[in-house]
Amino acid sequence: MPDTSAGLLDRSRTIAPPGYNRWLVPPAALAIHLAIGQAYAFSVFNKPLGSLISGDPAHPAPTDWTPGQIGWTFSIAIVLLGLSAAIFGKWLERVGPRKAMLASALCFGGGFLIASLGVHLHNIWLVYFGYGFVGGIGLGIGYISPVSTLIKWFPDRKGVATGMAIMGFGGGAMIGSPLAVALMNHFKGSAPQGVAPTFIVMGIIYLLFMQWGVWTIRVPADDWKPAGYVPNEEHNTMITTGNVSADNAIKTPQFWLLWVVLLCNVTAGIGVLETASPLIQSVISGTEKGKGMDTVALAAAGAGFVGLLSLFNLLGRFFWSSASDKLGRKPIYLIYFGLGVVLYALAPTLGLNGQLTLFVVVACVIISMYGGGFSTAPAFLSDLFGKYQVGAIHGRLLTAWSTAGVLGPLIVHSLSEGRKAAGFTGAAAYQTVFYTMAGLLAVGFLADLAVTAVNEKYQEKGPVTIEAGGH
Amino acid sequence: MNPKPNSTAPATEESAGGSTILAWLYVGIPLAWGVSQTFIKALALFK
Repeated sequence: MPDTSAGLLDRSRTIAPPGYNRWLVPPAALAIHLAIGQAYAFSVFNKPLGSLISGDPAHPAPTDWTPGQIGWTFSIAIVLLGLSAAIFGKWLERVGPRKAMLASALCFGGGFLIASLGVHLHNIWLVYFGYGFVGGIGLGIGYISPVSTLIKWFPDRKGVATGMAIMGFGGGAMIGSPLAVALMNHFKGSAPQGVAPTFIVMGIIYLLFMQWGVWTIRVPADDWKPAGYVPNEEHNTMITTGNVSADNAIKTPQFWLLWVVLLCNVTAGIGVLETASPLIQSVISGTEKGKGMDTVALAAAGAGFVGLLSLFNLLGRFFWSSASDKLGRKPIYLIYFGLGVVLYALAPTLGLNGQLTLFVVVACVIISMYGGGFSTAPAFLSDLFGKYQVGAIHGRLLTAWSTAGVLGPLIVHSLSEGRKAAGFTGAAAYQTVFYTMAGLLAVGFLADLAVTAVNEKYQEKGPVTIEAGGH
Repeated sequence: MNPKPNSTAPATEESAGGSTILAWLYVGIPLAWGVSQTFIKALALFK
């Protein structure tokens, strides 16, 4: 019999019955991540938001918002993602994924609605508060909400399971960008650039779409395990059989080494994403084929390259994370960083020599490993700290992402602007960016190399329960 | 400890089969649309 005394959102109402098909759980997780992944497509609003008064992106009015002002919206959202994931992680472990997913849907969808009011009133602070602050909290809670549930359902394939969900975050931008363009075109006649009604419709669409995840998510019973699964069968010392709480995890050197690992991986990836479009345009214009192309065709090729990188970002999230189930988490990060150092160092030379195909291949492999770094992290945490509060620990680790979100663009812009001021053009202007990122990856390699099994003194004594985990 | 499981969830492997397909279609269709749109955009690089 169901526990009818508990509310519909209560964790106890989400416990799966015997015989439940665990492959129903990844789509619930994807319903959340596909929605919140829209955040990575926010740049599609940059030009329309910057021309709400003038109506012409090429000739903004003095009172129109500047690109710098608009850019803060995304930055606030990413910082709030990390902070809210860190702050609400333990609450999520206590109340379960359903309540957390609903909170995420309300914040993310509601954030759009508040931001639409900000656009309507032309008040940038309301946009920051809506999309950046409230929406950012929705991002953080939504990002970590299915992670520990998936790890509990797939102890034998942790990388596959978290790879599927986090792949959705990459896919969310691919849906959000064309959806926003179509809606803005549709509403162009009824509101400036069609942005405010687009925000309203997207807020409602995402709020409703995420409900599938909210109402279909199930957690396994405490004693459940996959048929034939023997925990830690391979006797890998890097996979613990104990459990470390979120509060104890941040006292371990392993947590901070992984924090550095994620910071280096994300910062380096941002280096490629930030420079992709101008870089490929300069590489193409240096080739025979590029000499006959006008600026419109070059810009289309640049956008095409960014799209290709998005596809490999998505595929990498699933491929590398799944591969880590076979190869191990530490070795897979050594591949990301070891291979990454070589490829980052090679990329500027390929660009300068006009070796377009090789340059594209190298960039695609780099960005696939950037995606892989995100999706392998929760499985690595689970190996080291156990599944007890892995969602909360993952939430705290995501502050590295927020830091990289500020650090990455800062490095890219300061280095590339410095080179441009010194007279370098095209791919040469980005040479030091790539070499600096290669250096960062070397730091990440050493940090990963230093990761060892967590000392048993940090583990919980005796059996752990979800209820205990929440306090 | 976790209380008893919720009996409103699919109770048999057979009924879960249809739900599983529906669940994957729910997320797979928008994802496939997004990927196809991105792929079309990426083709500009090879023109």
